[in-house]
Amino acid sequence: MILLALISILFVGGLIAWASESVDANFPRIIALITVIVELAVVCLLLLQDSSAGGWVASVDAAWIPRFGISFYLAADGLSVLMIALTAFLGLIAVGSAWSEIHERAGFFYFNLLWTLAGVIGVFTALDLFLFFFFWEIMLIPMYFIIAIWGHENKNYAAMKFFIFTQVSGMLMLIAIVMMAYLHFVEFGNLSFKYQDLLNLSVANPLQFWIMLGFFIGFATKLPSVPFHAWLPDAHSQAPTAGSVILAGVLLKTGAYGLIRFAIPLFPEASAQFAPFAMGLAAFSILYCAKVAFAQSDIKRLIAYTSVSHMGFVTLGIYAWNEQALQGAVMTMLAHGLSAAALFMLAGGLQHRIHTRNMNEMGGFWIHAPRMAVVTMFFSIAALGMPGLGNFVGEFLALLGAFQVNVLATVASAFGLIFASVYSLWVIQKIFQGGYCDSHFEVSKLRDLDRREMSYYALMMFGLIWMGLYPQPFLDLAEPVLTSLLASTQSVAATLIPIPTLTPTMGAGL
Amino acid sequence: MQELIWLLPTLPLLGFLSLALTGGSLPKRAVAAIGAGSIGAAFIVAALIAVEFLGSGEEVFVYQTWVWMSVGSFTPGITFYLDGLSLVMMLIITGVGFLIHLYSTGFMFDDPSYSRFFSYMNLFVAAMLMLVLADNLVLLYLGWEGVGLCSYLLIGFWYENPANGYAARKAFVVTRVGDTSMAIGLFLLFRELGTLNIQELMVAAQSEWQIGTEMAVACSLLLLGGAVGKSAQLPLQTWLPDAMAGPTPISALIHAATMVTAGVYLIARTHVLFELAPWVQMLVAWIGLATLLMAGFTALTQHDIKRILAYSTISQIGYMFLGLGVGAWSASVFHLMTHAFFKALLFLAAGTVIYSLHHEHDIFKMGGKRKQLPIAFWSFLIGSLALAAFPFTSGYFSKDEILLAAYASGGSGVWLWVGGVFGAFLTGAYSFRLVFVVFFGASRGHHDEKEKTGFAMATPLLVLMLLSLVGGWIQIPVESVFSHGAAHEEHRVSALIHGIMIVVPLLGIAVSYLFFVSGALSAEKLMSYKFAKFLHRFWFSGWYMDALYQRVLVNPFVWLARLNRNDFFDALYNSVIIISRSAHGLIVKSQTGYLGWYLLSMAAGLIVVLAVGVYL
Repeated sequence: MILLALISILFVGGLIAWASESVDANFPRIIALITVIVELAVVCLLLLQDSSAGGWVASVDAAWIPRFGISFYLAADGLSVLMIALTAFLGLIAVGSAWSEIHERAGFFYFNLLWTLAGVIGVFTALDLFLFFFFWEIMLIPMYFIIAIWGHENKNYAAMKFFIFTQVSGMLMLIAIVMMAYLHFVEFGNLSFKYQDLLNLSVANPLQFWIMLGFFIGFATKLPSVPFHAWLPDAHSQAPTAGSVILAGVLLKTGAYGLIRFAIPLFPEASAQFAPFAMGLAAFSILYCAKVAFAQSDIKRLIAYTSVSHMGFVTLGIYAWNEQALQGAVMTMLAHGLSAAALFMLAGGLQHRIHTRNMNEMGGFWIHAPRMAVVTMFFSIAALGMPGLGNFVGEFLALLGAFQVNVLATVASAFGLIFASVYSLWVIQKIFQGGYCDSHFEVSKLRDLDRREMSYYALMMFGLIWMGLYPQPFLDLAEPVLTSLLASTQSVAATLIPIPTLTPTMGAGL
Repeated sequence: MQELIWLLPTLPLLGFLSLALTGGSLPKRAVAAIGAGSIGAAFIVAALIAVEFLGSGEEVFVYQTWVWMSVGSFTPGITFYLDGLSLVMMLIITGVGFLIHLYSTGFMFDDPSYSRFFSYMNLFVAAMLMLVLADNLVLLYLGWEGVGLCSYLLIGFWYENPANGYAARKAFVVTRVGDTSMAIGLFLLFRELGTLNIQELMVAAQSEWQIGTEMAVACSLLLLGGAVGKSAQLPLQTWLPDAMAGPTPISALIHAATMVTAGVYLIARTHVLFELAPWVQMLVAWIGLATLLMAGFTALTQHDIKRILAYSTISQIGYMFLGLGVGAWSASVFHLMTHAFFKALLFLAAGTVIYSLHHEHDIFKMGGKRKQLPIAFWSFLIGSLALAAFPFTSGYFSKDEILLAAYASGGSGVWLWVGGVFGAFLTGAYSFRLVFVVFFGASRGHHDEKEKTGFAMATPLLVLMLLSLVGGWIQIPVESVFSHGAAHEEHRVSALIHGIMIVVPLLGIAVSYLFFVSGALSAEKLMSYKFAKFLHRFWFSGWYMDALYQRVLVNPFVWLARLNRNDFFDALYNSVIIISRSAHGLIVKSQTGYLGWYLLSMAAGLIVVLAVGVYL
C-alpha cells in the first residue's frame, strides 16, 4: 500500500496545486512543497522496512486488464528504494529551485512537476511491463510541457526533439514488450506482462537479441548514450531549472534502472553477447561527450554533455555485470543525480541573475559571488571524481569491476577522468576566475547565493560527502538485489566469461 | 597515544572546516591561530606518537576507524598504517608544514584572502597525511588526489590573473594523467592479487610473482606513471615550473617539501613490486638521472628566482629517483627529508627576497643584497651549501649515500654515478649562480628596501637553517621497512671516489664564482658563440618539452573539440529533418490541382508499374 501512497500523493498533490492557483498565486508552490515533504516522510517509512532479506520490501498486485494479462503490480526492493529516495529528495530540491523562478502559470507548472515525479516513481516500482510502459509515458508528457511552456528562447524545438526521441525509442520498447507478452502466450498459453513470468521465458537467440535491442534503445535513449543523446543538450539548455534538475537527477536514471532491472535479466544470453559492444559504446560516450563538452560555450549545454559522459560509467558498470561494477553503476547514478542537479541549478541561478548562459560573457565572478564560486567548485570537483565524494566511489567501483571483464574499454573510459578534469576546471576558470568581465549586465544583478539557495546546496553537499566517505548504507541497500540479479543470470555465466578473451588483456598485450 | 593517530589528518581538517565555514569573517589573528595552530597541534601529536612508537620497539602500528566501502571482496578501510617510513613522512609534513604555516602568517598578512589561503593549506596537510598514513592504495589515492586538488587551488590562489589559472589547471591535468595511470594500476593489482591493502599486496606479489613477471612489470610501470606525474619527473615534469605562480609558501610546502615527493614515497612504499620488475626499477634510475641532468641544465639559464628553485627541485627529486632505482630505498627517503629542510629554507628565503623587493622575481634586477637582506642571505647561503652537498651539511650525507649506492650497484651503475656526480657539478653551479647574482656584486635596482621579516617569518628560517646544517646526522628509522632486501647500504669505496664526490660540487661553485663574482669568465662572451646561444635557448625553454606537448597534445585536442563543437550526431539527426522537409517540398509541388496533370501522372505510374511487372 505504501507504494500506492507514494504515487498517489504526488498525483493528488499535483491536482490540488493546479486547482489552488485560482485561490492564491502563492498556493501552488506551497502545496507542492508540502506534497514533496509528505512524500519524503513516506519514503522514510519505506526505508524503515526490512530489506535485508533480499526480497521485495513492499508490493501491490491487483488485476487491471485481466483479458490481456495486465495487472497493476508495483513492488520495491533495495534498488527501487534507493532510486525512490533519490527521486523524492530531488523533488524537494526541484520545488525549491523553482520557488522564485516560476511565476507564470505556476499551478500548472507544479502539476506537471509532481506528475513527472509520480511517473518516475511508478517506473521505479512497476513490475508489470505494461504498467511500466504506462508510467514511462506519464513521466514524459508533463516533462514535455515543462520544457515547452516554461523553457527559454528555443523551447519548442527542444521540447519537440525531446518528445520525438523518447517517443520513437519508447515505441521500440513497446514493441519489444508486446513481443514478450506474445511469446509468453506461445510458451505458456496466456498473455502476461508480469516481470517474474517473463523472466521464465526462454527465447531463442536471434529473436532474443532483437527484443533485447528494443529495450536497449529505449533505455539508452533515456540514459542517454551516444548516439541517442542528441535530445539532451537541447532539452537541458532550454528547460527551466527545476526541469533540468528532474531531467538530469532522476529521468536519466530511469534508463539505467531499466537496463539493470529489465534489459539484462530478461535477456541474459543476448546481453552477454552484446556486452562488449555496450561497453565499447560506453567508453566512446565518455570520451566523445567529454570532448564535445569542452568545446561548448553555453554552460547548460556543457553540463548536459558532461552528464552523458558520466552516464557512460553507468553503462560500463552495468554491462560489466559483476558486483563491484554494478554497485559502482548504482552509486554513480545516485551521486551524479546530486552533482548534476546541483550544477544545473547553479547554471540556472546564473541565468536567472544575468540572463545569459554564454560563458564567454562571464569571468571573475568569484569576487562578487564567492559563495556561488565555492559551491560550484565543490560540485565540479565532485563531478571530476575527487575521492571522498560520492562520484568517486561510483566511478572507481564501476571501473574496478569493469576492468575484470574488459580491459580495453575500461582503460579508454579511465581516460575520461583526465578529460573530466579538463572541462570541469575550465568552467571554473571561465566563470569565476580571471579578470572581471563586464559584459552587458550590471554587477549588482550578480547576487550571491542567498540563505534559501545555500540550504539546498548544503543538503546536496552533505549527501555527496556522506556517499563519498561512508557509502556502506547505500551499498547495503542495493547489495541483496544485485547479488540475486547476478545469481539469476548465473546460468548464462558460461557465456559471459569468454568475453574477456575477446579483447587482449594487459598481460597479453605486453 | 598511538591510538590518537586519527587526530593527525583530523586536526588540519578541522582547521580547514572552521576556516571554510566561517567564510573569511574571522579576524586575521584568529585565522592565523587556527591555520598555523592546527598544524602545530598535529606536529605535537605526531611527535608524541613517534616517541611512543619508537620506544615500544614495535615495527608496525595499524589503526582502523571504519570500513570505507565493502563490496564483495573489495573492502578498503579508512585505516592508518604507521611504520618507520610513514613516521618519517608524517614528521616532515607536520614539522616543516608547521614552520611554513608560521612563516605564512607573516608573509600573507596583507592578502585580502587570508582565511581562504589557510583553509586550503590546512586541507592540503590533511590530505598529505592521509596519503602517507594510508594502509591501502585506495585511501592513498584519496590523499593523492586531495593534495593534487589543493595544489591546484593554491597555484591558482590569485585567480584574477588568467595565467595563474592556466598554471593551476596545467598542474592538475598533467598530474592527473599520471594519476589515471596509477588508477589503472590499482585495477590491475586488484584483478591479479584480489586486494589493495598495501602490505597484503606486497606479500601476495612476492609469493605469486616471479622476478620479471609481466604482471609485476605492468603494475610497477603503471604506478611509476603516477609517481612521475606527482613528482614532476620526465616526461611529466612540465607543470612544476609553471606552478610557481602560486604564493611562495605554497612552493615551499607543496612544490618542494611534501607533495612532489609523494611519488618517491609511493615507490618506496611499494618497493617490493619494483624489486620484482628489475628493468622497471632500472628505468626509475634512468628517469631520475635524465631528469636531474635536464633540470640542472635548465636551472642554469633561468632568470626567475622561483623557477630556478623549481628546476632545482625537479633535479633533486631526480636524485631520489636515481636512489630508488638502484635500491637505495632508505637513502632516497633520507634525501627526501634533507631536501625538505633545505629546499623549504630556500623557498622561504626566496619569499623574503621577493616580499622585500616588491614582488621582484628576476635575479638580474637584484644584486649586492648581502647587507640589505641579511637573514635571506644567510638562509640562501646555508640552503645552497646543503643543496650543493657541501661537506657535512645535510645534503652532503644524503646525496653521498645515493651516489655511493649507484656506484656500488654494479652494471651500468657506474654511468649512473658519473651522471649523478656531473649533476652535482651543475647543482653547485646553478645554486651559487643564484647566490652570487642576488647577494654579491653591484646593486641593480631596488636600492633602499629593508628586509621585511617579523618574528613569524624569521623563526622558521632560523630553524630550517639549523636543520639544513645538522639534519644529516638524524637517523631515520626505516631499516625495518626495507630490511628484507639487501643489508644496509654499507658501501666501501676508495678515497678517490669520495674525493671526487666532495670536489666536483666545489668546482661547480668555483665556476659560478668565476662567472658572476670575479668576472674572469663572461656569460656574454660565451653567448657570442652560436652553439652556446642555441644551447641556452634550448635549456631555457625546458628542452622544448612544453612546446612539444602544446603541439602534439593540446592543440590537436582543442582543434578537434572546436571542429566538432556542434556535435556530429546532432547534425546527423538534423539531416533527417532537412531531408524530410525537402522531400515534403518536392511532393507538395506535384499537388497542382490540375486534373489533367493528375491523370497524366497516374497513367505514367501505371506504365512504369506494368513495365516493371513485365520485366520481372
